[in-house]
Amino acid sequence: MLDLAWLILVFPALGALINLFVGDRLKERGIHFVASGAVVLSFVVSLGLFFGLSGLDEHHRTATVHLWDWITIGSFRAPAALLIDPLSVTMALIVTGVGALIHIYAGGYMHGEQNYQRFFVYLNFFILAMLVLILSNNFVGMFVGWEGVGLASYLLIGFYFDRHDESYGHYADAGKKAFLVNRIGDFGMMLAVFLIWTGVGSVVFEEVSQGSGALATGTATAICLLLLLAATGKSAQLPLFVWLPDAMAGPTPVSALIHAATMVTAGIYMVARTHFLWDLAPIAGSLAAWVGGLTALLAATIALTQVDLKKILAYSTISQLGYMMLGVGVGAYAFAIFHLVTHAFFKALLFLAAGNVMHGLPDGELDIRKMGNLRAKMPTTYILFVIGALALAGFPALSGFFSKDGILLHVANHNILLYLVGLFTALLTAFYSFRAVFMAFCGEARDQHIHEHAHESPAVMTRPLWVLAILAVIGGALNLPMVLTMEHYLEASVGKPAFHPSMPMELVLLAVSAVVALAGVGLAYGRYLKSSNSSVGRLSAGITGLVRPLEPIARNRWYVDEIYAAWIVGPLLGLSKWFTHVVDQGVVDGAVNLVGHANLFLGGALRKVHNGLVPTYALSLFCGVVALLLWFVIGG
Amino acid sequence: MDTALLFDNAVVLLPELVLAVGVMVLMLVDIVRRGQNGSQLLANMSVVILLLGIGASLMIWGRAPVEYLDGAVSDGFALSVRLVILIAGVLGVFLSRNNFPAIERQGGAFYSLHLLAVIGMMLMGTATNLIVLFIALEIFSLALYILSGFYRDNPRSIEAAMKYFLLGAFASTFFVYGSALLYGAGGSAHYARIHETLATGGGNPSLVWPGIALLLVGFGFKVSLVPFHMWTPDVYQGAPTPVTAFMSVGTKAAAFAGFFRVMMTALPSYHDQWAMPLAILAVLTMTVGNLTALRQSSVKRMLAYSGIAHAGNILIALVAGTAAASSAAAFYLFAYAFMNVGAFTVTIALEKQYGNENDVEQSRLAGAAERFPVLAAAMAIFMLSLSGIPPLAGFFGKFLVFKAALEAGWAWLVVIGVLNSAISAYYYLRIVVTMYFQQDEEIGDGKEPLPLPASRSSVIVVVVSILAVVVIGLQPGLWADLLRGLGQ
Repeated sequence: MLDLAWLILVFPALGALINLFVGDRLKERGIHFVASGAVVLSFVVSLGLFFGLSGLDEHHRTATVHLWDWITIGSFRAPAALLIDPLSVTMALIVTGVGALIHIYAGGYMHGEQNYQRFFVYLNFFILAMLVLILSNNFVGMFVGWEGVGLASYLLIGFYFDRHDESYGHYADAGKKAFLVNRIGDFGMMLAVFLIWTGVGSVVFEEVSQGSGALATGTATAICLLLLLAATGKSAQLPLFVWLPDAMAGPTPVSALIHAATMVTAGIYMVARTHFLWDLAPIAGSLAAWVGGLTALLAATIALTQVDLKKILAYSTISQLGYMMLGVGVGAYAFAIFHLVTHAFFKALLFLAAGNVMHGLPDGELDIRKMGNLRAKMPTTYILFVIGALALAGFPALSGFFSKDGILLHVANHNILLYLVGLFTALLTAFYSFRAVFMAFCGEARDQHIHEHAHESPAVMTRPLWVLAILAVIGGALNLPMVLTMEHYLEASVGKPAFHPSMPMELVLLAVSAVVALAGVGLAYGRYLKSSNSSVGRLSAGITGLVRPLEPIARNRWYVDEIYAAWIVGPLLGLSKWFTHVVDQGVVDGAVNLVGHANLFLGGALRKVHNGLVPTYALSLFCGVVALLLWFVIGG
Repeated sequence: MDTALLFDNAVVLLPELVLAVGVMVLMLVDIVRRGQNGSQLLANMSVVILLLGIGASLMIWGRAPVEYLDGAVSDGFALSVRLVILIAGVLGVFLSRNNFPAIERQGGAFYSLHLLAVIGMMLMGTATNLIVLFIALEIFSLALYILSGFYRDNPRSIEAAMKYFLLGAFASTFFVYGSALLYGAGGSAHYARIHETLATGGGNPSLVWPGIALLLVGFGFKVSLVPFHMWTPDVYQGAPTPVTAFMSVGTKAAAFAGFFRVMMTALPSYHDQWAMPLAILAVLTMTVGNLTALRQSSVKRMLAYSGIAHAGNILIALVAGTAAASSAAAFYLFAYAFMNVGAFTVTIALEKQYGNENDVEQSRLAGAAERFPVLAAAMAIFMLSLSGIPPLAGFFGKFLVFKAALEAGWAWLVVIGVLNSAISAYYYLRIVVTMYFQQDEEIGDGKEPLPLPASRSSVIVVVVSILAVVVIGLQPGLWADLLRGLGQ
């Protein structure tokens, strides 16, 4: 059964090719059917892999499916081979499962769009690239997927490349930004792979894992720091998170795909996949934890101030990814992957629900200040969104509650300061999620025109969401604290966690988290639904007033973009200008022109010798004769 | 003498014999149909004869090399050179079918001379004997002298023929003198025996030095090495363009074939002595050829100087003097045949549109890309290949030659060769730039494409050449294996 793993790649590849070459002869339905069908079939294969793997002995749940020898140069070997183990299968299930739902949804969302065919070609390619990334059994193959995902995101974020508006500027620039920022991370990835190759002499995960003992701590730390740079690019962490909010310029299904199923999870997956290296480099691990914690906090504060529904969700993704990074940083790989899974459910749900809102409002309005009382007009979407928000907020018993808590539990053991950061972020998360819910769906309608035209979305755009909603609710059961299924399942890939919390500690921390989540929701309720005269309203206003001075900074996204513009982009541009005008046009071109002119001058002089007279020619020939004779007779 | 000897191994000369019989038939046909206008029939006959020659060459391909009467050999190198020359010959015949009045009028003379030149050239690479070599040299030289002056009404053509003949005769005397001295030194006209005698300390070694020097002059003239190159631009420019195209490739291939064989089989023990002066000649040839080409306004003259520079490149292979180098030279000539004939073919088409009867100024090509997109694209490909840009055939010719020279320890020579390639890119690309990025001042831009000013046979030549240049470039290994060097 596992030998058929390659089929998982074949379907999306075929889907993309069919739609690319004959898509213009298919109607929308046909294109949609091919694209969605391809991903659904991949999902079926993933399920098959899951069961096939479960049938294996618990301690040997890994299989390598060798397809062909891809690169073999001397001792350098990068096979085209798939690594089937609990980690990759979990990822494949998420990518194809959530991906399939998003594909189905996108058929309704993109209905009537001009480039319907192109969209689905890209979408299938996105899934394909992501599957290559997670299934390759070596760093080079993973890098191919890594770059493929970057390319697909570029194409899809800039899908509306001819559009231009206030919030995103030129849409094409958003794609460019995502691509360029990711390139920085990609360089980290490449350098890390070079270092691994020189240090261990292999790029195959299994062999690197076995040979990693040969690495000095310094080398391992350098490798992990470079990998961390790569992960901060793909998974939108400090300092490279700036591309993700702009990535909202793409169509909403793309946002959902990037945030839930593909792309941003790649960085977390990669760290979990290379956990054997991180075990050697505790410093890099701590740094990753801090990067994750700070990113989670920073992004949550920014999310508090956003008024665009999708941007709130974007910053929330960055923040949640921060949790996952925090998790892998402290060695809780299984919990990070667990959170990745539950996050995929509820974030896809939230994005698609936001897509419904956008779809149902005139001009695709996304400003929550102009909404209000939408539950009257789109009740289904309202319920779906609330379920997603509850899961995101870490409401007790929903999926997000368990997965986030699993991470916090390990962090508490690792570093209490980081735990507090994480806990405070959880408060903010609950607050901003319900700020969005209350402002958009409850209270008074603030813009009558918009409210009047609002309408619910068709079934094709709500049904897939129910699936996600159910998963968002019960997803926590994958890893119930007492039962430990998923954590156990992933052991074959990422090893046992170093730390097992005691039962009382676990219960106490769970209770704290539950209180924090409820407090966040309550604060939002008081702040946005109660009038400021009521006691609850006054209390909430008072508490939120404490952090008001920070609001302008957070609203301006902590000026990260501006800092980059002033300190990195500006000087770089200046340097390039200097190179263009002074070095290239002056020195290089000058030298080239000088040589050219000198040659032309010499050529002109030589041309004059050619006067067309036979005696001159004969003389030249004769000079040659004399010279040669002299050379040979004297030399000989 | 035993007459049976006459037929023993005569198969060595099968291609030459096929052509020789063919020439006689062609002359007979010409006599029979005397008075009739047009030379289509004769041109077609020539193509058939040349294709038979190619067939004959392929027939004896791969056989163990045997020698015929101590005078000719059919080894891989000889066959490779034959193939180059025959291909150039076929392409040359196709080129001549472009409604040139002089050729139409006297087709019999033109095509029989053309075929005779091919025979002589093929013999150059086959000869293993100084006397056969000289006869071969004269056969093709005399034919080319007449062909250069074939436009009897065109003073420049007559002038070209006259210059070529006078200077050629001058150079030939040195060649004969050099051969005679080598005969005196080695006691034989046969290459291998000269080598044997000299290597075993026999003969009269003091005569070797002036012998080599004077032989170099003869070969240097034919392949147009500086300073024996002065005739080249004048003759190329004045001669009918189909003749120029053919001889620019054929002469070079033939003379280099003879040159390689003499130097590497008769005088290999003196390699250390003759390599350095040849290296100096190579540097001079490349540099002067390229620098002068920079300042040419006529396309044909530019191509003439470019041909001189290419001779310098090929000479690098001889300087290296290894078997690999000689096969690299064969590859170079093979690639050069297509790209150079192709360039001349486009020149013929363009000179009909833009130039006078027999030449075209570079500046007149402005805007040609808009009006003759196909021709311009073809010219661009040939120019890029001539300047040695990968993955076209010309690149691999240079690459193989430079590689062989590097392996033989001539790094400094390769560096100068590469620098010269950079210079040459300037004048090749200038043609492309003129065609594509400059506007025709008289006509302005935005003109509709015009019908091709090229005959069907020209189109065939261009298409075949482009295909060859691209295919050779994409699969260089295949052709490099096919074309053999000396002793391979």
